[in-house]
Amino acid sequence: MILPWLILIPFIGGLLCWVAERSSATLPRWIALLTMSLELALGLWLWAHGDYTLAPAPGGEPAWAYEFKLNWIQRFGISVHLALDGLSLLMILLTGLLGMLSVLCSWKEIQRHVGFFHLNLMWILGGVVGVFLALDLFLFFFFWEMMLVPMYFLIALWGHSSSDGKKTRIYAATKFFIFTQASGLIMLVAILGLVLFNYSNTGVMTFNYSDLLKAKLPEHVEYLLMLGFFIAFAVKLPVVPFHSWLPDAHAQAPTAGSVDLAGILLKTAAYGILRFALPLFPNASAEFAPIAMTLGLIGIFYGAFLAFAQTDIKRLIAFSSVSHMGFVLIGIYSGTQQALQGAVVQMLAHGLSAAALFILSGQLYERLHTRDMREMGGLWSRIAYLPAISLFFAAASLGLPGTGNFVGEFLILLGSFTVAPWITAVATSGLVFGSVYSLIMIHRAYFGPSKSDAVLAGMDNRELIMVLGLAGLLILLGVYPQPFLDTSAATMTGVQQWFGTAFTQLASAR
Amino acid sequence: MDLTIQHFIALAPLLITTVTVVAVMLAIAWRRNHSQTFLLSCAGLNLALLSILPVLKLTPITVTPLLQVDNFAALYMALILVATLACVTLAHAYLGDGSSGYPGNREELYLLILMAALGGLVLVCAQHLAGLFIGLELLSVPTYGLIAYAFFNKRSLEGGIKYMVLSAAGSAFLLFGMALLYADAGSLSFSGIGLALAATGVPSALAQLGLAMMLVGLAFKLSLVPFHLWTPDVYEGAPAPVAAFLATASKVAVFAVVVRLFQLSPAASSGVLSDVLAVIAVASILIGNLLAVTQSNLKRLLGYSSIAHFGYLLIALVASKGLALEAIGVYLVTYVITSLGAFGVITLMSSPYNGRDADALYEYRGLFWRRPYLTAVLTVMMLSLAGIPLTAGFIGKFYIIATGVESQLWWLTGALVIGSAIGVFYYLRVMVTLYLMEKNLRRTDAPLKWEQRTGGVMLLAIAVLAFLLGVYPQPLLELVQHAGFQLGSVVVKG
Repeated sequence: MILPWLILIPFIGGLLCWVAERSSATLPRWIALLTMSLELALGLWLWAHGDYTLAPAPGGEPAWAYEFKLNWIQRFGISVHLALDGLSLLMILLTGLLGMLSVLCSWKEIQRHVGFFHLNLMWILGGVVGVFLALDLFLFFFFWEMMLVPMYFLIALWGHSSSDGKKTRIYAATKFFIFTQASGLIMLVAILGLVLFNYSNTGVMTFNYSDLLKAKLPEHVEYLLMLGFFIAFAVKLPVVPFHSWLPDAHAQAPTAGSVDLAGILLKTAAYGILRFALPLFPNASAEFAPIAMTLGLIGIFYGAFLAFAQTDIKRLIAFSSVSHMGFVLIGIYSGTQQALQGAVVQMLAHGLSAAALFILSGQLYERLHTRDMREMGGLWSRIAYLPAISLFFAAASLGLPGTGNFVGEFLILLGSFTVAPWITAVATSGLVFGSVYSLIMIHRAYFGPSKSDAVLAGMDNRELIMVLGLAGLLILLGVYPQPFLDTSAATMTGVQQWFGTAFTQLASAR
Repeated sequence: MDLTIQHFIALAPLLITTVTVVAVMLAIAWRRNHSQTFLLSCAGLNLALLSILPVLKLTPITVTPLLQVDNFAALYMALILVATLACVTLAHAYLGDGSSGYPGNREELYLLILMAALGGLVLVCAQHLAGLFIGLELLSVPTYGLIAYAFFNKRSLEGGIKYMVLSAAGSAFLLFGMALLYADAGSLSFSGIGLALAATGVPSALAQLGLAMMLVGLAFKLSLVPFHLWTPDVYEGAPAPVAAFLATASKVAVFAVVVRLFQLSPAASSGVLSDVLAVIAVASILIGNLLAVTQSNLKRLLGYSSIAHFGYLLIALVASKGLALEAIGVYLVTYVITSLGAFGVITLMSSPYNGRDADALYEYRGLFWRRPYLTAVLTVMMLSLAGIPLTAGFIGKFYIIATGVESQLWWLTGALVIGSAIGVFYYLRVMVTLYLMEKNLRRTDAPLKWEQRTGGVMLLAIAVLAFLLGVYPQPLLELVQHAGFQLGSVVVKG
C-alpha cells in the first residue's frame, strides 16, 4: 500500500497548500516542504528495506521490489498497477530531493498566489512519481500527460517574459505543451497499436506491462510501434531535432520550474526508454540503435555549440542539458551493462548539477534582475560565495573527476566503446566542447570588467544550504557511486539481457 | 398494426414531452409567469427522463414502421433530455427575474426548447426516412425561433435568419436525396434500404447520389466542413443557453440518426461515400481547429471547436465496426457534458440578460482571482475539450483513437493527432486568460452569489461529473456497452 501513497502525498499536499493560502502566505511553503520531505523520507525508507536485486528481466514473470495492483477500467483490462525496482527508486529519490529544493528556491522568488503555485508544483511532482511507478501503459500515459498541465501553469503564470518582449512566457509554455502533447498522442497511438495487436493475437485486452512484454510482433509492426514510443521520449529528453521547446521553456520558467524540468522531467524520458521502449521492442530497438546513437552524437555537439553561443545564462544551461542528454542516449542505446549503469549515474548527476546551476542563476536573477550575461561580468568581487560555488558546478557539468558527472560520462564512454568505437571516440571529443561552454559561462558572468562596484547581497543560509547540499551529493556520487550502482544493477542487467539477445539475433541475421 | 399498452409505454418519453409542451402552452395562455413555466418544463422533462426506466424493460420494440425504441434510442433520449434540462436551467438564470434581465416575453423560450427536444427524441428513434424528416424538422423549426429569441439584438436576429435559410436549404437537399434513394431502393425504412442496396452489391449511381444529397443535408445540421459556414455566426448570435442546446441536444440527435442509418444499411456508407466521409472528417478536424485558433470570441471559438469535434466523431462513423458504436456513445456523452459546462459558464457570466452576452475573451481575463469556482468549471471543460487526462474528454478521445487504430484508419488518426495539437493551442489560450494576473482588471457582471443559483449548482455538478468520468469511466462504459444495436430484432414491415 506504500506505492499509491508515494503518488497521493504530493497531490494531497498540493491541495493543502492551496487551502492554506487563505490563512498565511508562508504556510503553503512549509506544507510543500513537509510534503516533499515526507516523500523523500518514504523513498529512503523504501531504499533501506527493499530488495533491489529484484527487477524485470527477460523470461518469466517480472519481479519487483514492491508491487501494487487494483482494477480500474475492466472494459479495456486497465488496472492501477504500480511497481518499484531500483531504477524507479533512484528516480523517486531524485524527485523528492529536487522537489524540496524547488520549494526552497522559490521561497523568496514567488510572492504572488503562493498557494496556487505550490499546488501546481506538487502536482507536477505527483505526476512525475506516477510516471516512475506506473506499469500499466494506460496509467503511464495518464500520468505522462497529466504532469503537463501544472507545468504549463507554472511557466505561463509565474515565468519571466524575455527582456526584448519577443518571447513571452505564455509562448514558451504553449510551445512546451504542444510539443509534448502531440508527441504524447503519437505514443498513445503506438500504445493502442500494441494493445490491439496483442488483443488480435491472444484475445486478451490488456494494458499490463508484463503481459505486453510477451506480445509477439512482426518485424515492421515492432519497428513502427517502437518509433511511436521513441518520438514521445525524444521530444521530452530532448533529442535534436525535437528540442526547440526546451530552451524557451527553461528561459521563461521560474527557477523552480527549471529545476523540475531539467532535473526530473527530462529524466522521465530516459526512464521511459529504459522501462518501456527497450524491453517492449528489443529487436526494433537494436536495429534502431545506430540511428539513436547518431542522434545522441548530434545532440552532444549541437547542444554544446548552441550553449556556447547563448547570452542568456538559463538558455546556456538548457542547451548544455541537450548536450548531456546526448550522452545518456548513447549510453542507453549501446546496451552494455557498463554504459547503461553510466546512463543512470549520468541522469542522477545531471539532475543534481543542472538543478544547482538553475538555482544559482535564479539567485543571480534575484540580485541583478537579468539573465543576460552581457550585463554581468566582474561579479566575482561583488557577491560572496556564489561565484565560487558556480565554478564548482560548472566544473561538475564539464565532467571533472571527483563529481558524479565524471563517473557517469566515463562509464558511458567506456561501455559504449566496445559496441560503437567510432561514435564513442567522436562523443569523447564532445567533452572538450563541454569544458568550453562551461568555462565561458563562468568567464562571462563572473570575471572580466565589472559593470558596477556596488556590492550585492551575499548568500543567506537557505541559499547556501541548498547548493552546498547538492555539491556534497555530487561529490559523494563522484567518489563513492557504489550504493547507487548496486541499486540499479539488477534493472540494468535485465535491460541489458533484452537488448543483448536482440543484438546477437541481429548480428547473426546479417 | 395495433398499438398496445406496451407501445405506449415505449413511447412514454415522447408522449410526456408532448403533454408538457401542451401544458406549458396552456399555462402561458392562462397566466404568464416565468418561474411557473420553468418549473412546469423541468417537471415534464424529469418525468420524461424517469419514464425511460420502464421503457428499458420493453426494448427493443418497434412502434409503427417509423420508430424503433431500443437501448440505443434510450441512451440518446436520456442524453437529449438531460441536455435539455440543463439548457432550461441555464435559460432560467439567463432570462432573469422581475424587472432585470430579458425585457421581452420569457416564457415562450421554454416552449420552443421543449418542442425542439421532442424533435430530437423522435429523431433518435427514427428507423424510417419519414420519421427522420419529421424529427429533423420538429427539431429545426423551433430552433429558428430560439436563435432569434433575442430579436432586438442584431446578431441574434441575423443568426436566426441565417440558420433558417441554410437549414431550409439543407432540408431541401435531404428531401431530394430521399426521393432519389426511394426511387432506387423502393423502400423508406432504413433496413429496407440497406437490404435493397446490399442486393445489388455496389449501390447504383442514383442511390449514391441520393445518399450524397442526404449527407449534405445532415452535414448542414452537424456543421461539418464544407457545410459549416453558419456555425460561428449562429453560435455567436444565439443567446448562450440556446447555443448550448444547439451544440448538445440538437447535434447529438442528428448524429444518432446518422449512426442508425449507417448501421441498419451498412451499404450506405460503402464505396465512394466512405471516402467522402473520410475527407469530410479530415477537413472538419483541420479547418475547425485552424479557424478556432484566430478567434477572440469564446462562443465563436466553441463553434469552431464543435466542428472539429464532430470531425473526430466521423472517424468512428467511418470505422463503423468493432469499438466504433461504443466510441460514438462515449464521445457524445463526454462531449455533451463538456459543452454544457463551457456554455454554462458563458451563460452564467452573461446572466441576467443585459443586451449582449459576455463572450469576448478579454472579459474572462483573470477570472480565477475573482470567481474561482466558475473558473475551475471552465478550466475542467477546456481541459476536457482538449482531451487531457483526468477529464471525461480524455476518455472520449482515447476511444476514438482506439477505434482509428483498430480499423487501421491511419490518415484519420493522424489528422486527429494533428488536430488535437492545434486544438491544445486555443484551449490553453482560453485557460491561461482565466488565470492572468493583472492589475486593474475589468469587473464582469456575473451575480456574486452565483453558486447558490440552480444554474451554478448544476454547473459544479457537471464539472465534478466530467472529472469523475475522467478518473473512473467504468460505469459510463458499461452503460454505453448496453446501448448497442440488436440488429436481429429489426422487423421489416412493408
